[in-house]
Amino acid sequence: MSTLILLLITGVGLGALYFLVASGLSLIYGLMGVLNFAHGAFLTLGAFVSWEMSRRIGEGTWLTFIITLVIGAAVGGVFAALTEFALIRPLYNRHIEQVLVTVGLSLAAVAIFEGVWGTDPQYTKGPEWFTRTTDVLGAQVPNDRFVTIIVAALVLLGVVLFLKKTRYGMIIRAGVENRSMVTALGIDVRKAFTLVFTIGGAAAGIGGVLASHYFGYVSPALGGSLLIFAFIVTVIGGLGSLSGAAIASVVVGVLQQITNFYWGVGDFVVIVLLAVVLLTKPTGLMGKTA
Amino acid sequence: MSQESTEPILRVRGLHAAIEGSQVVDGVDFEVPATGITALLGRNGVGKTSTIKAIIGLIQRTGGTIELAGERIDKVPTHKIIQRGVGYVPEDREVFSALSVAENLKLAERDEHPNRQLVEELFPDLVKRSSQAAGSLSGGQQQMASLARALLNVNKLLLVDEPTKGLAPKIVQEVAEALTVAAHSVPILLVEQNLSVVRQLAAGAIILSGGKVVHRTDSATNFLDDEALTQRFLGVQSEEALEQAAETTSGGIV
Amino acid sequence: MSPEPTNTLPSEESTGERREPTAAVAVDKVARRVRVQPSHRVKTPGARIGVWVLGLLALLLMAALPLLNISIPGVLPTPTYQPGTLQLLAMCLLMAAAALSYHLLIGVAGLLSFGHALYFGAGSYGLAIILNNLGLPLLPAMGLTLVVALVLSTLTGMVALRVTGIPFAMVTLAFAQAGSVLVRRNPGGATGGEEGVSPDTAGIPDFLIGVANTRNLYWLSLLTLLVVIVVVTWVQSSRAGHVAAAVRENELRVRVLGLQPYWAKLLIFVVAGVLAAAVGMVFVLLQSGTVPRQVSADFTITLLVMVVLGGVGSKWGAVIGGVLYTLLDQRLSALANSSAVESLPAFLHVPLSEPLFILGTLFVLVVLFMPGGLAGAVRRLRERFTSNPAAKKN
Repeated sequence: MSTLILLLITGVGLGALYFLVASGLSLIYGLMGVLNFAHGAFLTLGAFVSWEMSRRIGEGTWLTFIITLVIGAAVGGVFAALTEFALIRPLYNRHIEQVLVTVGLSLAAVAIFEGVWGTDPQYTKGPEWFTRTTDVLGAQVPNDRFVTIIVAALVLLGVVLFLKKTRYGMIIRAGVENRSMVTALGIDVRKAFTLVFTIGGAAAGIGGVLASHYFGYVSPALGGSLLIFAFIVTVIGGLGSLSGAAIASVVVGVLQQITNFYWGVGDFVVIVLLAVVLLTKPTGLMGKTA
Repeated sequence: MSQESTEPILRVRGLHAAIEGSQVVDGVDFEVPATGITALLGRNGVGKTSTIKAIIGLIQRTGGTIELAGERIDKVPTHKIIQRGVGYVPEDREVFSALSVAENLKLAERDEHPNRQLVEELFPDLVKRSSQAAGSLSGGQQQMASLARALLNVNKLLLVDEPTKGLAPKIVQEVAEALTVAAHSVPILLVEQNLSVVRQLAAGAIILSGGKVVHRTDSATNFLDDEALTQRFLGVQSEEALEQAAETTSGGIV
Repeated sequence: MSPEPTNTLPSEESTGERREPTAAVAVDKVARRVRVQPSHRVKTPGARIGVWVLGLLALLLMAALPLLNISIPGVLPTPTYQPGTLQLLAMCLLMAAAALSYHLLIGVAGLLSFGHALYFGAGSYGLAIILNNLGLPLLPAMGLTLVVALVLSTLTGMVALRVTGIPFAMVTLAFAQAGSVLVRRNPGGATGGEEGVSPDTAGIPDFLIGVANTRNLYWLSLLTLLVVIVVVTWVQSSRAGHVAAAVRENELRVRVLGLQPYWAKLLIFVVAGVLAAAVGMVFVLLQSGTVPRQVSADFTITLLVMVVLGGVGSKWGAVIGGVLYTLLDQRLSALANSSAVESLPAFLHVPLSEPLFILGTLFVLVVLFMPGGLAGAVRRLRERFTSNPAAKKN
């Protein structure tokens, strides 16, 4: 029983990381039709820069951790905004080419990370509390799991509030549904493009910082390995649906943890789940119907 | 006929447009007078909707000129054309179904002082349902919301594409009345398949066939009364022809 | 959109087809599209013979390279008859063949797959595992590997082709990821985990083993590329190839005509998969081993980069892209370790010592500023230099 609880909470934590990547992917795809292969690079850069900063201002304190979260968000957001502006925008409405430039960018970015920080993992150190465990119904759960889950939940809340309460949020929701009608109301939808990239990049940057504590290290391959599962989560949840991404993240994370622990087949189960969802409901759990 | 003395609000010259590389508007010429409702007629698939979409750049314009109130708009992106004072009511309504009615309207407000009062008077139903998701409205109510989005702002021209499509007769009358009210203050280019509505609303008419203008008239009623003309341009025999065409050509491809 | 009945003019059709002037025009347009292939421009008989002669000469030259002493400093590490250069050239030929099999997907059928490495890996790992465990001689082992690849690509293709566009890309990516995970897991010690696996030499004929026989492997690679070119050309000009090309342009139209795009696409998917497996088999002989990277998404992306560099939709573009990429990758790695680069300041030294950075950047620049890749550039140059009347005649 206690093992199951541990697996459950760890799985939700993993799902939280997937969500931080998948939320941006899903919004970007929903609004712009772009599959962003560079999203993992946003995450990795956020993680590396935060790791560098924390070594300079002193590892192991709560203040440093919070500062690195902010830095991760800022680095990921700025990197993503620049990507949209310099690479995506010139290829407006040419979706395949847009995918291709993000593929090229991710190749180049990972290569640069390897050049600067090397291919070996760089180990991180969070506040001392992270390394302890908390007793949940008999299960000893590492504390960093809770932090990951809470921060991801806050990001989800923030994005939902932004989408529901602001004019730009409204434009993004409308644009995900029918982009050309948004322009036919006299709205320049391109500003919303930069915005979703920035938000998605910031979420990925935060995900990078959290992942570096969850796994205990940063490496140039960190983003890429999370990205593949985030893609799967995005398809299962339904491209363009934030709530779909949230639900699918948790389902995939938990399923993966449990089946990995007992039978060592977590990754396969996730891929089988993807195939089943696509065969029964090709638009994903909460995808657009059209 | 006396309208010729005033400048038309919209002047389209040799307009060509394409969807995914295939030509759907093939050299269209027409003008829309600065007052009243002008109908754009023709059988299905002759390019009426495509012409409307090409005017505001929703599909790729590949040639020709378009002038709105004397200014060229054929190279201007869609959102800027709309901002210059064009209201667009698309075929199939295209309300944002996940957004509430209020949000749909709010998104459409361009003017500093949008004319909410007019909309509330014309469509009291929408006020009652303002917090409801637009996707949960009936077809007629969605059409009201779509019209309301255009009527909120002061426009130089309204482009209205099949506003009565698929609606019950009673709702059709409500839509027609709303258009009549709107036409007091703004010229309208109206695509409409329901000929009794055309009779009721339209002053002039433009008839399209095969992506080209084949007939123009200053009196839509006279045109509709002329059976030979309506038979020729809006005629009935097309279904048979379609079947024949499919039979004769489908064999040779694979 | 609306469920209500319509009370409109008599010739109402379903909304999906409304934009078509008439069905007859639609049929005609598809027919024209299907027949006019972008890569099959009308050539005069003279030009056609010229191309064949040129191709034959190039082939003879390629075949004779191991017997010649040609040095191209900066491009090739040693003279052409030496094993090091032959190994590199053979790799170029195999990558060109792999890129060409990927061209069938993206260039012919318009399918953006991120899982093509799975089938390449099925060939390389499949052959090694069969040789190591079943004790079969090389040729039967190769035949069995191809059957495995055929079954694998048919099954995965049937599922993946249920969706199109970006979701298709993601599903193929997921399948390849499953393969990649499986290979790294080292089930039953068969795949060797991260280390990879080497085929048992017992079943392989002597003339394909050892550095001294590199030229035989080179000729085998050349033969592989030739076979792939022939098969791809044949598929492209087949009925399925035409239907797939028409689907790439406009799937709705093809469906309206009552054609079955699914089966045409599946056929192309399977042929591309089996060809990739065939190339993978020769790869494992040439490298005398294979590693998990050959099944990873990275490898598929490498193929994608090759095809895009050469020009999507162009058969020869894919071949040249494959050769060019492999040469660049190899030479840039050599450059990265050279003392000239080592001595540069860090902000230059770090990017220049990462071949993938240079290739990734090059790729982005090609996509942004050279639409159609090398083939597109060549076409534009040719159009600029041919006189206008000739262009009009075509």
